[in-house]
Amino acid sequence: MNQAGMKLPVYLDYSATTPVDPRVAAKMIPWLTEHFGNPASRSHVYGWEAEKAVEEAREEVAALVGADSKEIIWTSGATESNNLAIKGAAHFYAGTKGKHIITVSTEHKAVLDTVKELERQGFEATYLVPQENGLITIEQFKAALRPDTSVVSVMAVNNEIGVIQPLAELGEICRDKGVIFHVDAAQATGKMPIDLSTLKVDLMSFCAHKTYGPKGIGALYVRRKPRIRLEAQMHGGGHERGMRSGTLATHQIIGMGESFRLARVEMATENERIRMLRDKLLKGLLDIEETYVNGDIEQRVPHNLNVSFNFVEGESLIMAVKDIAVSSGSACTSASLEPSYVLRSLGRSDELAHSSIRFTLGRFTTEQEIDFTIKLLHDKLGKLRELSPLWEMYKEGVDLSTVQWAAH
Amino acid sequence: MFAPVYFDHNATTPLDARVLEGMLPYLAAHYGNASSRHEYGRAARRAIDEARQRVACAVGAHPTEVVFTSGGSEANNLFIKGAAACLTPGVVAISAIEHPCVREPAQQLSHDGWVVREIAVTEDGRVAGADFHAVLEERPALVSVMLANNETGAVQDIAALAARAKPTGAWFHTDAVQALGKLPLDFRAMNSAGVHALTLSAHKSGGPKGAGALVVDKRVELRPLIAGGGHERGLRSGTENVAAIVGFGLAAEFAANRLDERARHFVQLRAELEAGLAAQGAAIFSVAAGRLANTSYFAFPGIDGETLVGRLDRAGFAVAAGAACSAANPEPSHVLLAMGIASSLARGAVRVSLGADNTAAQIRDFLAALKTTILQLKGLTALTS
Repeated sequence: MNQAGMKLPVYLDYSATTPVDPRVAAKMIPWLTEHFGNPASRSHVYGWEAEKAVEEAREEVAALVGADSKEIIWTSGATESNNLAIKGAAHFYAGTKGKHIITVSTEHKAVLDTVKELERQGFEATYLVPQENGLITIEQFKAALRPDTSVVSVMAVNNEIGVIQPLAELGEICRDKGVIFHVDAAQATGKMPIDLSTLKVDLMSFCAHKTYGPKGIGALYVRRKPRIRLEAQMHGGGHERGMRSGTLATHQIIGMGESFRLARVEMATENERIRMLRDKLLKGLLDIEETYVNGDIEQRVPHNLNVSFNFVEGESLIMAVKDIAVSSGSACTSASLEPSYVLRSLGRSDELAHSSIRFTLGRFTTEQEIDFTIKLLHDKLGKLRELSPLWEMYKEGVDLSTVQWAAH
Repeated sequence: MFAPVYFDHNATTPLDARVLEGMLPYLAAHYGNASSRHEYGRAARRAIDEARQRVACAVGAHPTEVVFTSGGSEANNLFIKGAAACLTPGVVAISAIEHPCVREPAQQLSHDGWVVREIAVTEDGRVAGADFHAVLEERPALVSVMLANNETGAVQDIAALAARAKPTGAWFHTDAVQALGKLPLDFRAMNSAGVHALTLSAHKSGGPKGAGALVVDKRVELRPLIAGGGHERGLRSGTENVAAIVGFGLAAEFAANRLDERARHFVQLRAELEAGLAAQGAAIFSVAAGRLANTSYFAFPGIDGETLVGRLDRAGFAVAAGAACSAANPEPSHVLLAMGIASSLARGAVRVSLGADNTAAQIRDFLAALKTTILQLKGLTALTS
């Protein structure tokens, strides 16, 4: 295979983070150099120009998701946004709405750990377990609602399997019941249309670095009509209308604005190209025997493919495919050897969860890289399975679930 | 853009060109998520480890004591709220001149049963020994006193204060955001004296906005402010801002170098500035205290500070009327009021904060522009009164 011009390892981990688009970086740099003012400085042009640029970026973030720029609060990233939204709303509404929270067992740790923290503080939580396809059902959700449910947090797009939860329907129900509805959209921006002028979402978390912007910057959408209130989590100079204090990182904000502008302009064509590549990868990998796709393949962003390869050992698989940069389990937890809690929630066995690979494609993925990946997986799986006694037994027709393993 | 002379380095500083150079690869080829196990991720992790070493080294700490945050405000919030969450509510003592990002979190604790006790300062903006003694009698569980004040530049003898507080068993924190790059910092020595935590920010000393750190003694139990994923030893979750952290590391290293040389430069410039200010009739605040050498805070009786900085801006000099963070607040500086300065004079406060690139010629031009401006404003005042 001609690998000319292809950088190894091939990056197929766009859901962990994306490169900063060079156009975004170019726009950021002047705000690191000559335009270095503190946007909170009110007495000179260095501050004014920074403040103006920050407000323009806010408009761009709002424009991608059909919001008003006054509804956008800057944060340091989606993790902080999730913490601010969930703790901020839970604390603010505890006295009036109640102390019950509903979320999903496959949410990102930024949501799960936040909800756990609230449980420690005396809130109660229900964790919905999705169906085998990764999606929750409306009936299941309705059944979990209680009179004292105050906050619901459901992610738009799952970081591991890319499935899209039924936000519109959930939003209708929440609005109807007077429950605050938060959505973690870190993995959604630029990958699916989001229109907050029609979606009944009250709070939505965003970050730049999954959408070709810089790390260290995110935003929280806080609906104004009907008005949603929050208890601030970071106090100080009263920046961001008191909801989040701290000097605004101008260059990062400019980067987020530009990355969201590019997403708005280019999303439609870009996603078609990525879908074509993903489908090619899917077809190429399903040609391998005993390969299973994790998560619903239809109700899913085109960037994600999560596949389990049966009869190979997870760690050996990852070691064998070093020429591609992929993730097994989400980046934030992949340092641990525990099988993905997301796949476990879907009912996958430990073995299949362990031998899963998340391929996430993006703006700079090429067809050549996909061809390379397909061939690599075919070669390596062939070799790994040649060495696998389980594979041999499977090929001989032994039903492995009936085998009594000897302890030693 | 019309580029005024920048005299507002306590608000934020220009990025050091060498820092930018170090950051750029992390906005381009090295884009990995530091939690990823593949080479892109490992490269990011190595860069963060190296930056942690640099920051630790610059302030005399061990790398494992450095917790990266999104900035100084977050680090202050993390300490105040995070430590309080692990303690039985009691007295939290803060100096009366703290930055809002210490004052406000402390005020928040009052909802949870804490009593906020402000420590009085002298007319020079130094912690008043007698009141500090009285506060210690109240057995505070948390104490926070800033190392150098952002407005006046007044420097506290933190090691001595911490040593006095040590027998109470309180956790002692100092906001050192304004001190990095202006004063030598030795966390190990401070820690031996009784300081348990120190807040730093990158953008006040030639680094980028969006990165800061809490340097913290590991004996201090902290509840994280931001949960989810367990980054930074579980004390601060969220994908690391690699480029800014790399920039912070470099900025901290450069800031710790050539401190004396920079200080000499500031001392000379400020002496010339303040001689001129005094000759023009300005009252200079905290002048008898040990101050950051780059900071001069003054007022002309009867002249409104906001008006003066507006005129100075048009004359080509970027200075501040108060702290940038509370510049929208029309109230006179709480720092000056705590020092017992009359609010009429406090309303006139103007801060000049110098940077390494400022020159003696700029000071002379500034003094000339100031003289003209003051005369004009006095003329106006005379006409309207």
